[in-house]
Amino acid sequence: MSAPSPSMYSKQAAAAADRMGLVMGKANLEVFAATLQMLAEKDPDILAVTSDSRGSGKLGPFAKALPKQIVEVGIAEQNLVGVAAGLAAVGKRVFAVSPACFLTARSLEQIKNDVAYSDHPACMIGISAGVSYGALGSTHHSLHDFAVLRAINNIDIIAPADNTEAEAAVRFATLAPHPVYLRFGKAPLYTLPQANLPIERGKARLLRDGKDVALIATGECVINAVLAAEFLAAEGISCRVLSLPFVRPLDEDAVLAAARECKAVLTVEEHMVHGGLGEACAGLLMQAGASCRFRMLGIPDAYTVTGSQADIFRHYRLHAEGIQQAAVSILSPQSAPQTPSNVSLPRD
Amino acid sequence: MGKSFTDHELAIKSLHYRRDVLKWIKHAGAGHTGGSLSCVDILNVLYNRILNVSPQNFGQLDHDRYVQSKGHSVEALFVVLADCGFFDASELESLCGYDSHFVGHPTRKVPGIEHNTGGLGHGLSVSVGMAIGAKLDGRAARIFTLLGDGELAEGSNWEAAMSAAHYNLDNLTAIIDCNTLQISGRTREVMNNEPLDAKFDAFGWAVRRVDGHDLAALTTVLATPCESGKPCAVIAMTRKGRGISFMEDVGKWHHGVPNDAEFAQAMTEINTQLNNLAEVAS
Repeated sequence: MSAPSPSMYSKQAAAAADRMGLVMGKANLEVFAATLQMLAEKDPDILAVTSDSRGSGKLGPFAKALPKQIVEVGIAEQNLVGVAAGLAAVGKRVFAVSPACFLTARSLEQIKNDVAYSDHPACMIGISAGVSYGALGSTHHSLHDFAVLRAINNIDIIAPADNTEAEAAVRFATLAPHPVYLRFGKAPLYTLPQANLPIERGKARLLRDGKDVALIATGECVINAVLAAEFLAAEGISCRVLSLPFVRPLDEDAVLAAARECKAVLTVEEHMVHGGLGEACAGLLMQAGASCRFRMLGIPDAYTVTGSQADIFRHYRLHAEGIQQAAVSILSPQSAPQTPSNVSLPRD
Repeated sequence: MGKSFTDHELAIKSLHYRRDVLKWIKHAGAGHTGGSLSCVDILNVLYNRILNVSPQNFGQLDHDRYVQSKGHSVEALFVVLADCGFFDASELESLCGYDSHFVGHPTRKVPGIEHNTGGLGHGLSVSVGMAIGAKLDGRAARIFTLLGDGELAEGSNWEAAMSAAHYNLDNLTAIIDCNTLQISGRTREVMNNEPLDAKFDAFGWAVRRVDGHDLAALTTVLATPCESGKPCAVIAMTRKGRGISFMEDVGKWHHGVPNDAEFAQAMTEINTQLNNLAEVAS
């Protein structure tokens, strides 16, 4: 169907993962489908609503095992979200499953009005998010979803970075009293270090501590930040790596502490640089009076190149080597801001 | 739905509702006058004769549901909900005021309102979800939604219509407040949606046409699901601004607010109609 995908990881990155003892897991998509089915088998009120997306959502086994707990609406994303809101209004725990590109654009008004504004606790599942469908062109990219949903009140935004975060996110969404948006891709992911760290609403996960550069990342870029930190350690640069499964609510304390305690902050996300995690952090830091070195890594505001997710990450330097270079660059004297101090945050 | 009302009592209620709609719109200095007056008889029949919903069972899962997709005609809904005891009518003093829950479209912050609406083309999908949910649970609840005829130009309605028939939602009734006018002019000139009967029929719905101001006829058509296995479209032929001579079928009253003289004239007309009803009764 498509050209063979190059690996997301260079030989050096894969070797670093091996040294760190990281294990390659499944695609978060598969973890979502399996977790939802496990939970739905115990709770008949859990429903999946699909827009001809049961196949791409890996929900075939779910549909076979629990045929009364899946509602198909056909290729009709507006109806998908409206129906999901109506089901939630009559007491169902609904997961509306559709490619993120359509779910958060075609049916944005339904998410805004019928889910968020009406405050029905429905969960929107954006599958194959970011550039997971990279080769299919911009129609199938969702590089806007954080931005548009951050501009809508009353919906949590979650982008899990590995299978552990994905399973926790699905469990969280099943119990959440308010709307949730959960997005993930379809490529297998390494399991992050520190797997036992808690995964809580609005909390960052400290995967590695350091004092030179803080790498603040979300979703499927987090592993690349982890690997970049390993490369950088060999160069004598110590990194703090934070995984933020919750783009909203943002862990403000963790972001402020990173800016206060590290020399520079880099944000990393599979999203356009406008309106995503990076700007959320930038806005927070500016208003807190921080003046640290700061750079946002993401997809720039330009025509988006096509190719596999790995191709696109490499193109925009969101792979481990790209993050490594950005960290070296931001620490170099040439990139120093005009103000002499790297960080001047008001202290308590 | 509480006590049962005679046709005569219901006719008086319709006039009182019209009076109150105008009173509160005048008080707020804003509102959707024409559309509220076109749908108020439908709401009268629904809330006083058809819907199994009350302030007592509203918080429970099992009750009939009404979603007002044409959210802009919210003043009619507020007036009817107040009359049914969901809140005290005096709360409408704050209509469209600062930080009021009584905004210009339905929100769930107002007791009795099931779903927030205002953007058009949303209510039918939500109602489909509610109807599927009731069927999944084996509940007998019926789901009603009110659509404007101009609203039917929103494509999402037809996504929803297709799914309602696909799932054989005979517990779902969509009432079209077919007043033939929208903000820019005649619906058939802005975007012709006729033949509506044939459209809904082609989508697999049972279709009924009814005089949307005939309380007895509305009662008959809404009392039971139209056809087993099919969602029901009730095309209610109405007139915008119904009941006030100078507002009736006049486009500018879509969201016109009566001035003092117009309001006095409207009250005179309503009082005359009330007197006529009283004479008929005696």
